[in-house]
Amino acid sequence: MTFVAKPKIHHPLLTVNELGLTRRDYEGSVSTLCAGCGHDSVSAAIVQACASLSLPPHKFAKVSGIGCSSKTPSYFLGNSHGFNAVHGRMPSVATGANLANRELYCVGVSGDGDSASIGIGQFAHIVRRRINMLYIVDNNGTYGLTKGQFSATNDLGSTSKKGVPNLYEPIDLVSMALQIGASFVARSFSGDKRQLVPLIQAALMHKGFAFIDVISPCVAFNNHNGSTKSYDYMRGYSGNLIDADFIAAGEEITADYEPGQLEDVAMPDGSTLRLRKLDEDYDPHDRVLALSHVQRAAENREVVTGLLYVDPDASDCHDILGTPPTPLNALDESVLCPGAAALERVNAALR
Amino acid sequence: MPAAYLMKPTDISDPNYFHKVVDCQWACPAHTPVPDYIRLIAEERYTEAYMLNWDSNVFPGILGRTCDRPCEPACRRVRTEEKPVAICRLKRVAADHKGDISRFMPRVPTKKNGKRICLMGAGPASLAVARDLLPFGYEIDMFDRDPAGGGMMRSQIPAFRLPADVLEEEVDLIVDMGVNAQYGYEITSMKEMLGMDYDAYFVGTGAPRGRDLDLPGRQEVDAHISIGIDWLGSVAFGHTHSISGKVIVMGGGNTAMDCCRTSKRLGAESVTVVVRSAFDVMKASEWEKEDAMSEGIPIVNNRPPKEFVHENGKLKGIVFECVKPVPDERGRLKYVPSGEPDVYMECDHVLMAIGQENHCPWIERDIGLEFDKWDCPVLDEVTFQATHPKVFFGGDSAFGPENIIWASAHAHQAAISIHLFCQGKDLKKDRPPPGVNLISQKMGVHQWSYDAEHDASKRFIVPHANKAKALDNIKIEVELGFDARLGLKEAQRCLNCDVQTVFTENLCIECDACVDICPMDCITFVPNAEEEELRVNLMAPAENVEQDLYVSEDLPSGRVMVKDEDVCLHCGLCAERCPTNAWDMQKSMIHTPQLGSYAQ
Repeated sequence: MTFVAKPKIHHPLLTVNELGLTRRDYEGSVSTLCAGCGHDSVSAAIVQACASLSLPPHKFAKVSGIGCSSKTPSYFLGNSHGFNAVHGRMPSVATGANLANRELYCVGVSGDGDSASIGIGQFAHIVRRRINMLYIVDNNGTYGLTKGQFSATNDLGSTSKKGVPNLYEPIDLVSMALQIGASFVARSFSGDKRQLVPLIQAALMHKGFAFIDVISPCVAFNNHNGSTKSYDYMRGYSGNLIDADFIAAGEEITADYEPGQLEDVAMPDGSTLRLRKLDEDYDPHDRVLALSHVQRAAENREVVTGLLYVDPDASDCHDILGTPPTPLNALDESVLCPGAAALERVNAALR
Repeated sequence: MPAAYLMKPTDISDPNYFHKVVDCQWACPAHTPVPDYIRLIAEERYTEAYMLNWDSNVFPGILGRTCDRPCEPACRRVRTEEKPVAICRLKRVAADHKGDISRFMPRVPTKKNGKRICLMGAGPASLAVARDLLPFGYEIDMFDRDPAGGGMMRSQIPAFRLPADVLEEEVDLIVDMGVNAQYGYEITSMKEMLGMDYDAYFVGTGAPRGRDLDLPGRQEVDAHISIGIDWLGSVAFGHTHSISGKVIVMGGGNTAMDCCRTSKRLGAESVTVVVRSAFDVMKASEWEKEDAMSEGIPIVNNRPPKEFVHENGKLKGIVFECVKPVPDERGRLKYVPSGEPDVYMECDHVLMAIGQENHCPWIERDIGLEFDKWDCPVLDEVTFQATHPKVFFGGDSAFGPENIIWASAHAHQAAISIHLFCQGKDLKKDRPPPGVNLISQKMGVHQWSYDAEHDASKRFIVPHANKAKALDNIKIEVELGFDARLGLKEAQRCLNCDVQTVFTENLCIECDACVDICPMDCITFVPNAEEEELRVNLMAPAENVEQDLYVSEDLPSGRVMVKDEDVCLHCGLCAERCPTNAWDMQKSMIHTPQLGSYAQ
């Protein structure tokens, strides 16, 4: 926890984006998490991604549940809308926010406790419903706020700080998301912003449910030798499957990429997601292959990272429900309440 | 990339590395520990703040009013937000508010060490040498042609900038330590002085010859032309009380500013400063120009003089050519005719302030003391020893006119040399080296022993005396100085650049916390590269190549930590957010070699 406030002053050469804002304008209040917490790096990555996309902060709805992770929306995008929901119930609030105003960028931040334990039912169903949002899980495999018990994502055999091994199988949220309909699935590491920032950019521009599982070490309780979610473990055992680079609309696509199979994915706003496959046999548009690849790697105690699956033509909840393009909160009374004749027509159709 | 091209890890045990980070101290010729004394002011410990200055620059009260302030343009705040900390005026705050300093004064032994030193000139350089040598038991004889000590500080700086009592206090402080001062003693022969058989001689006679201009009409109007520094001297010693008619001051340095402002106070009908060069490149300090202009004195630029116009031996005016500055291919200004017709300006008196030179006609050229082609003494730049082994130079007489602070800096080195010389030691091999000590400032969780928080205040303005009153009396000091309250506020602006960010590689877990929290984007974890490439690969481009990159050893991920020192606020947030204390805030104590140390 920091008592000295971060000064407002910034580097004289700090880039100003299309809205005339610097990255610093996308920050929130100073973090009260432990020094060195991976979650702070995730917040910083969100700040970088939003600033470089020149997205207006007031067009964001940030939602979270309970836990260390769920405190973080206070620490980014200080000038946006926010809702801190009940434990594990962030998906309900996110669904409501997105239905009421589809023009907002909806960012949910949750943790392994919030999404894989108390909120696993809500998590499963928001994936199914394909809410157009970015859902980030700050995954540290431990209950930091309650002093370091194993969480549901902690790997079998991984130990506590005192050396006691975990006896249960982990829940893999990436596999769940792949299985039940997420159209953008990625895994990353809080200590690798070169990978994480473009993933967040692409996820924000993706239409449909975008899920990023971010391994985000807990320095206080789960950053020791027996942990599989420590800084050292991630640096040693994580392998990048696909390099993703986000190229904004209108930005020149330069050719200084290392060799490898390139694929450009067009994003709805005209931007490009450039993928460079590091494993030639991998196809990021094949859901089943992605699922088996992730699970095979897990069996070998490897953590695959990068963009694992994307469906650029995915539909979202609004498509499924056939809602009007105008956000519901912007429709006037005559549209929302078309009168008795319209009700009569609806009723007649159901008789 | 071949390892030879990669940046080497920074050697922080090199005293100069962290010294450079303390920009103000590095820029100060005497290397005064500026942040140290500013913190003492912030604690209202004015006496200690004064002594820290006195130890290093010898004349805090005088310099707090007259210094050329090389520290201020170097101040980090210029790079973070434009205006530097008012370092010079804070020095004055320490001097104005100090209490009894007698308990801090060095003890001078009554039993002397048997060595006799001759100081020539009683200006800042000689006084500072005396101050450094007296505590070691040297017997000091000081000779000066003027009737009182202080040298150019007395004769060339007018009282409205430096009141006599401030000058006298600091001169007397040294003389009263036991200098045998012989005033009114005109030295006419170095040979004669060497005949007195002192153990060492120090020449601190300054740069007493003001330059003249040989233009048509110069000889005919001699009675109406004064050399600026001589004229200021005659005002200071009470020989000149007034000046009448229209005055033109020629020259663009601080002496010109002093001449014009003095003329205004002594009754000139009008005063104009005419400078051959452009306004921006004038030698005068920014604030001296501002003060002159705010007293209603016009400064006319790009006008080299051509001719003095006279009638029956009476000066009528000066004809000036009109030029304009044109930068050449190397960016230096050259002056070419602007095409405008010559300008004639009426005047009754001219003050010539176009520079000055060191000038030692009293040193015979056949006594083993060599002079170079510019008639400057041949000196060793480190030891200040002349080609005659017993003779040392310092201040303006060494390398030409500079500010008082340079005289203090030279004097410290010359004093070390004289001390080594008198002990029969080698002036170079036995010279004490510079050093640095690092002390952690961590007091506990989230507690630092310095005020880490960044103060966003703008530079505070020094109050001035009522203008009409000030212009009426040459003895009224124009600047009033900060009072205690403003002094405290200005002191808060200091960024504590001497509290260093020290990085310990083997503790770092590369969690990025420091990168994320740093308000100035100073820190980056990045693959090593050659410096030019690394400078653009950072969180914020490190374009200021004058400022070093702090590079770590290789980290487990294969990357290195690179910190651009340029705009670091020394706010301590990197250390505050570091979970493993890989970052620590450590105060660097820079040890600048100097004889004795009184205040620290």
